[in-house]
Amino acid sequence: MSHLSARPENPVVGEALPHESAVLHVTGRALYTDDLHPRTKDVLHAWPVQSPHAHARVTQLEVCAAYEIPGVVRVLTAGDVPGVNDSGTKNDEPLFPDEVCFVGQAVCWVLGETLEAARLGAAEVRVDYEPLRSIVTIADAIKADSYQGATRTVRRGNAMSALARAAHTFTGEITFAGQEHFYLETHASLATVGDDGRVFVQSSTQHPTETQEIVAHVLGVGAHEVTVQCLRMGGGFGGKEEQPHGFAAVAALGATLTGRPVRVRLNRTQDLTMTGKRHGFHAAWRVGFDHDGHLVALQTTLTSDGGWSLDLSEPVLARALCHVDNAYWIPDVEIVGRVARTHKTSQTAFRGFGGPQGMLVTEDIIGRCAPLLGIEPHELRRRNFYTDGQTTPYGQVVHQTERLVRAWDQVTSTAELERRRGALAGFNAAHEHVKRGLAITPVKFGISFNFTAMNQGGALVHVYRDGTVLINHGGTEMGQGLHTKMLQVAATALGVPLSRVRLAPTRTDKVPNTSATAASAGADLNGGAIKDACEQILARLRPVAAERMEVPVEDVRFEGGEVRAGERSMPWAELVHTAYLSRVQLFAAGYYRTEGIHWDPEIMHGTPFKYFAYGVAAAEVEVDGFTGAYRTRRVDIVHDVGDSLSPLVDIGQIEGGFVQGAGWLTLEDLRWDESDDPERRGRLTTQSASTYKLPSLSEMPEELNVALLERAHEEGVVYGSKAVGEPPLMLAFSVREALRQACAAFGPTGHSVVLDSPATPEAVFWALDEARRAYRPAVPEPTELGHPVQVTQV
Amino acid sequence: MTTSRTRSEQVSTPAADLVLNGSRVPLDGVPPHTSLLDWVRERGLTGTKEGCAEGECGACAVLVARPTPEGSAEPTEWVAINSCLVPVAALDGQEVVTVEGLGSPEDLHPVQREMAERGGSQCGYCTPGFVCSMAAEYYRADRTPRAASGVDGSGVDGSDSVDHDCGPNGFDLHALSGNLCRCTGYRPIRDAAFALGAPDAHDPLVSRRSFPPPDVPRTRIRSGDEEFVRPADLGEALEILTRHPEALVLAGSTDLGVAINLQGLRPPFVLAVDRLPELRELHVGDGDIRIGAALTLSEVERGLAGHVPLLDELFPQFASPLIRNAATLGSNLATASPIGDAAPVLLALEASLVLTGPSGDRVVPLDGFFTGYRETVRAADELIREIRIPLPLAGTTAFHKVAKRRFDDISSVAVGFALDIADGTVRRARIGVGGIAATPVRARATEAALEGMRWSPEPVARAAAVLATEGTPISDMRASDRYRRAMLEQSLLALFARETGEESAERPGSAQEATS
Repeated sequence: MSHLSARPENPVVGEALPHESAVLHVTGRALYTDDLHPRTKDVLHAWPVQSPHAHARVTQLEVCAAYEIPGVVRVLTAGDVPGVNDSGTKNDEPLFPDEVCFVGQAVCWVLGETLEAARLGAAEVRVDYEPLRSIVTIADAIKADSYQGATRTVRRGNAMSALARAAHTFTGEITFAGQEHFYLETHASLATVGDDGRVFVQSSTQHPTETQEIVAHVLGVGAHEVTVQCLRMGGGFGGKEEQPHGFAAVAALGATLTGRPVRVRLNRTQDLTMTGKRHGFHAAWRVGFDHDGHLVALQTTLTSDGGWSLDLSEPVLARALCHVDNAYWIPDVEIVGRVARTHKTSQTAFRGFGGPQGMLVTEDIIGRCAPLLGIEPHELRRRNFYTDGQTTPYGQVVHQTERLVRAWDQVTSTAELERRRGALAGFNAAHEHVKRGLAITPVKFGISFNFTAMNQGGALVHVYRDGTVLINHGGTEMGQGLHTKMLQVAATALGVPLSRVRLAPTRTDKVPNTSATAASAGADLNGGAIKDACEQILARLRPVAAERMEVPVEDVRFEGGEVRAGERSMPWAELVHTAYLSRVQLFAAGYYRTEGIHWDPEIMHGTPFKYFAYGVAAAEVEVDGFTGAYRTRRVDIVHDVGDSLSPLVDIGQIEGGFVQGAGWLTLEDLRWDESDDPERRGRLTTQSASTYKLPSLSEMPEELNVALLERAHEEGVVYGSKAVGEPPLMLAFSVREALRQACAAFGPTGHSVVLDSPATPEAVFWALDEARRAYRPAVPEPTELGHPVQVTQV
Repeated sequence: MTTSRTRSEQVSTPAADLVLNGSRVPLDGVPPHTSLLDWVRERGLTGTKEGCAEGECGACAVLVARPTPEGSAEPTEWVAINSCLVPVAALDGQEVVTVEGLGSPEDLHPVQREMAERGGSQCGYCTPGFVCSMAAEYYRADRTPRAASGVDGSGVDGSDSVDHDCGPNGFDLHALSGNLCRCTGYRPIRDAAFALGAPDAHDPLVSRRSFPPPDVPRTRIRSGDEEFVRPADLGEALEILTRHPEALVLAGSTDLGVAINLQGLRPPFVLAVDRLPELRELHVGDGDIRIGAALTLSEVERGLAGHVPLLDELFPQFASPLIRNAATLGSNLATASPIGDAAPVLLALEASLVLTGPSGDRVVPLDGFFTGYRETVRAADELIREIRIPLPLAGTTAFHKVAKRRFDDISSVAVGFALDIADGTVRRARIGVGGIAATPVRARATEAALEGMRWSPEPVARAAAVLATEGTPISDMRASDRYRRAMLEQSLLALFARETGEESAERPGSAQEATS
């Protein structure tokens, strides 16, 4: 067992604790960024002037009339920017553009004494546009050769020749939708300027360091003149990794120009129309199986819809390409990826970060091909699992595959899948208008940022003279329970009760140069750093304790707020006080970097991931043949979180991730206007909570059983744990595949169901309608009914 | 504004205020468009959150004290509403409790404790709204534990007989259907809800129920050029309406609030009629049922107590309790949405409306009420006083709503059926449809295709094919036109299957088990 992963006796990690802010949450006392402005004097409010065009040149911007509105204080335009007029890191996202590239893009911002004044002022700003040709769909982008960033290929062996030799080959296509984050708290920033001109920005951001850097470059100042703090976020899900920077910069720019605090808070419509979402993808594929149903080759081209600028589209694509394999060994592969440029919001990180999109392609392939191969989908999946020592298409050796098998077997037995498959067949035979489907799917998800440099974390641990502890770390809290885990890590590392440890909000002047809290890596990186800092402090305390208790240094242990050596002990607080008087440093900066990973992005090869997280889910659904409406009857999950740092938090992540994934795959239906009507083209038509529907209580599985995989210690990760933020989202493929099975039950055996994503009731209805029609012999179908069957045996 | 003094201006109006978490707070000078949400947040009570500003997410839920229906054991109850939609001016004289008023970190409310301990919060942003919605259900006077059936707290045992929406403690999960959480996946929230016990008799919110509800005072609040008026009675309301044809009539504010928040509507003159006693009567007679237009949907649902099975099918699928506790039936019809769920049902029931104006009452069949997209025959100086449903009711009724989500979603198609079937023949058919035209419509061709025909597979299939051709459905973000047409056809087939016992079809939004 490694030093990093070993747990002391009676550790605080592993205890099932509520979220550290739960009591503040439930009483409404927890403060979020936009709760600060009623507590701040003389705040100015900002309102954007948004583009009505998908693509247009700004020919004239006339702001005078805005100043006629009482209460309008300042209109911010490109001319006000002392530094770089860009809200991103790639210099392709002008903060104040002269060419607008999506409907809703901010052209300029109005500051007012009240939000009402700013809003009315914005309505008075006159912008003249010269409309330009726009591209809205991926299909149009492909047709127009509209791409951005690099095309990447993951290649092993020779897919083409392997396909030519394969016993069965199939080809198909799928286009599937993105997803709106719909964090309940929209983007918010509050900027103030200190007496020395330094800027303090409170921002709802997953990436305070990058927010700081963008604010600094917009203002044309050094990073040391800008401090960014994130109290907590009302949800992030990746949507606040890259997207908050521009809004923070607007607030900071306004504050420096007016000398007053400036608040930028998007309302829901603005948030939906201005900020990026999960990438939708198109995939075209050819797949080959041998006589026994083993995958032998896959050739696929993935095109992601990047929107108007690159943002994080390249790393998202890289992760997609690295997850097409999911849990399956495919000897010969060629996976090509490219990013389409369209005139929509700039699509960005979203829980899973391309991984879900890559995996969807393969799960869809298996779901469609299984009936054509005459193999049950669960059998086809199981048959193709990796075994230890095999490598991924990008060259990483796969370990711990026995965990996947154990999880699969555990779900199969505890969920009684064999028995239920029989019962379900009976149910379906007895019901003409209602059918049930049951599917089991695996998840294998790589943990670490693909980009190796980001795999580092920092922390600052203070022990005060009274023995209390204050920790700071580079990670942000968005509800995922990171701070809860970090408190547990610090208490465990120092051997003090949790009540002795407090955690201060994330700030760039406490811990600098942090990575985004993303890639599920928050606990691994920051936990490692906190543990390091605590151990530095203990290393200094140990000799003090040894001397005081007159014992050998190596006998000194820290446990439960006591310092012990054999029979002797002394209170922690007493030791701390003694150490202070002995002039021993009681604070430390901790640091962690993930060892053993490397990645060559040019050839898409290496060992980018520290380890894989595994999970298995089985879902049963019931579909109404009249409408396509469905409900999820039962879900069973076994998921690998290593030795859990905080089981209540981890189960919350698994359940929440699963439901969010199910939302993406079934319910959440982003729509853009694709018509040629210049008044409407490119408009997000689902720009409100009344048209973009999240899962509600009614979508919760009626029975949901979640178990953490046992005997799952993870070597080389803090206290033997594993990352949990993203992987469970992909457990939701079980729901999509169960829906496919239920649709298939409306048709003859062997019918391959093509199911749109999201599988809304309408999509399910057409899929089951198609299945019903498959009973009838080849009568040419009217093209507007059902989908063309895209899977064909070549 | 007119300068002539009138009755309503001559009568003195006391200074406006409301009781917020037990303390009286003045409302002087608030503009009519200031929501309760913005107002409490400006006062530093930032626990209540804005998630969507259109009554869809529930992060802004708060509790208000309301009168109970006649015959209740206690005169007052606590109901949860969306504070983002209601103008604070409309709460003059009322009592409001926010999440801060329920408990504190040092003294957690039972709902807060269950939510905190069971992992009911992750990011915490939706949590105050959930706490308030959950508290309203916690305090519901007729919430009683279900008879012991061996069902555990999770409400799940895998058998098909379990009501997944009702806890062993009588907690109705539909109470939370207007609240969205993006983090937890809801299981711990459900567990918290189902773990709640009965409130303590000394709980101040319980004690409050036994005293009369707050009066609804005459209100007149001016803010610059804008004015909010709540008249004392119908006569005064009509008088004001005559003199202020520009007045925007408020009766629940669940639509107006959205227009204010999202479309920037700033009505200069708001006339609140939602608490006028003359508009809040409910009468079940021999010849008809009369429903006061200003009764909230929740009040109508409870007041009718199962008298109209078709409405019982409608209500649980109508928006969310947060909306139904504010929205009135009259305003739902007056707003004339082509997809409002009440209209198709009331069309099938052959309801009529009583419009009251300066020259008295007139009765208009609902069928002739809608004249175009968001247009009706109601004159600017008229109010809907009541909705009348003729008796006896048809023997076979069904409400068929198609939407992406089972709870709290806007229909792509909604169909209300009211059929009289005798001796295997359809004697009379009335079908109301929403979502296929500029207004809710009667499916007259389908009615004709059914009437006089056998209630058997072939004629029903033929009529269903006719139903698919009714109206002019469009493709939009909710559904394609061809899906809407298919759903029209399927709705009648589903009803037939249900009625003939071939199979009980899945009914989204209902707790019914689809299996036999």
